[in-house]
Amino acid sequence: MKLQIALFVSFLAGSSAYTPGGPVKAKAPQSRRDLLKGLPFLAAGVAASAANAYELPDLPYAFDALEPYIDAPTMKIHHDMHHNTYVTNINNAMKDKPAVDIRDLQADALTAAPGVRNSGGGHYNHAFFWDEMAPHDKAKNTKPSSKLQGMIDSAFGGTEKMKEEWAAKSAPGAVFGSGWVWLVVNGKDELEIVGTPNQDNPLMKGVKDEIKYPILGIDVWEHAYYLKYQNRRPEYVANWWSVVNWDKVNENLDYVLKEHKGVPVRG
Amino acid sequence: MAVHFKMISRVSSSVVRRVANRSFAAAASSPAVLPELAHPYSAYEPNISATIMEIHHSKHHATYVNNLNVNLEAAEKAAQDGDANKLISLAPAIKFNGGGHINHTLFWENLCPPSDYTAPSGAILSEIESAFGSFDAMKSEMSAKTVAVQGSGWGWLGYNTTTKKLEIATCANQDPLEATTGLKPIVGIDVWEHAYYLQYKNVRPDYVNAIWDVIDWKVAGERLEAAM
Repeated sequence: MKLQIALFVSFLAGSSAYTPGGPVKAKAPQSRRDLLKGLPFLAAGVAASAANAYELPDLPYAFDALEPYIDAPTMKIHHDMHHNTYVTNINNAMKDKPAVDIRDLQADALTAAPGVRNSGGGHYNHAFFWDEMAPHDKAKNTKPSSKLQGMIDSAFGGTEKMKEEWAAKSAPGAVFGSGWVWLVVNGKDELEIVGTPNQDNPLMKGVKDEIKYPILGIDVWEHAYYLKYQNRRPEYVANWWSVVNWDKVNENLDYVLKEHKGVPVRG
Repeated sequence: MAVHFKMISRVSSSVVRRVANRSFAAAASSPAVLPELAHPYSAYEPNISATIMEIHHSKHHATYVNNLNVNLEAAEKAAQDGDANKLISLAPAIKFNGGGHINHTLFWENLCPPSDYTAPSGAILSEIESAFGSFDAMKSEMSAKTVAVQGSGWGWLGYNTTTKKLEIATCANQDPLEATTGLKPIVGIDVWEHAYYLQYKNVRPDYVNAIWDVIDWKVAGERLEAAM
């Protein structure tokens, strides 16, 4: 523990952006891409020369907001370093190509240019992940909608059973190395829990037997939990439920059932 | 004190080698055992931190050993019961945990304290030069390929007994080199995040650069001799 604190302090010494306890507000959308979102008929022409089609979205909460379930150093490194690298790399991969919403890049990721699967997936997955979580004080007052609860009961036999299957599928023996676990809506509008390796996600054609639409996901790459939990992944997964924002999950479900598309993300 | 450690380490590395060579196919009658390291956890500083060595060995590797034994026991029982389906269903876990045990055992053996480092010489150096042009060229290629591993996996310098040349290969997750590619393992580098995260965070290239100075080329030379 002391060593962890020492490492964290020395890391902080080299960075300037972190203010413990200081709230980080979501940036008001001001990028060219955000403006373009409202002008789809112009997007193709104007965005063709977009050097940086994608950007790192700000967290909708402070780095320490998910404590003690997910620690502040992890949130900072995970967002500022890991997610940022995926954004940089997907921008490089898409440099001379027409801009495509990151969500829409997922379907053909397995056959796209090198880097799209890993970095495009990585960008989408992390952008999706930040927004489904909230500080515990807020998260604890949210719950599945009656629609979602009904689907959980029907697919798993209840929330407890769903969490058991989630625990089994996210265990180190199930997702063998790096990957994600997702609660998805499948082609029959039923819920399933699926795991994907590395930065794949179920929106990518070919990753599962059909495209499935995530409404909730957890990053089980070691970088998502190692500083606080080391090899105790099951403890991280169990604690993570305390910061799940069910309001957002309910929203995701409604969107997916209506549109049969992947949930849009910021960035 | 230092001399004492050296004597122990000499004994320990031969013990490690014997344990590594022991087949774990006999399962419950001869369970897999977590090998002792040849040096204290802090011996690999500053290239690999003591905290990482301790957690990596006493938690991660230990878990692979425990889970391997559990699954081997279950497999033995399934075999005795003639339950083919059960046996087959255990295969992924045996591959994962067995691979984890093999890989990490090889890994500890091919690390040495930075003060003990010596560059490759003799047979292994000429094999390296013959396959890659130079020691630096080999390190360059292996670093690039190892850093490029997607997610969790390992980078290996391996010996191809068919072409009779050294090669570089990477494996995903805990897939063991020999079972997966046929190559004989000479030097392995673990690039699962747990191998470096507490010290290097997401800067895997820095870790891979640093690990070169703690690679035990004497052990690598012995492995090559055994493979040739």
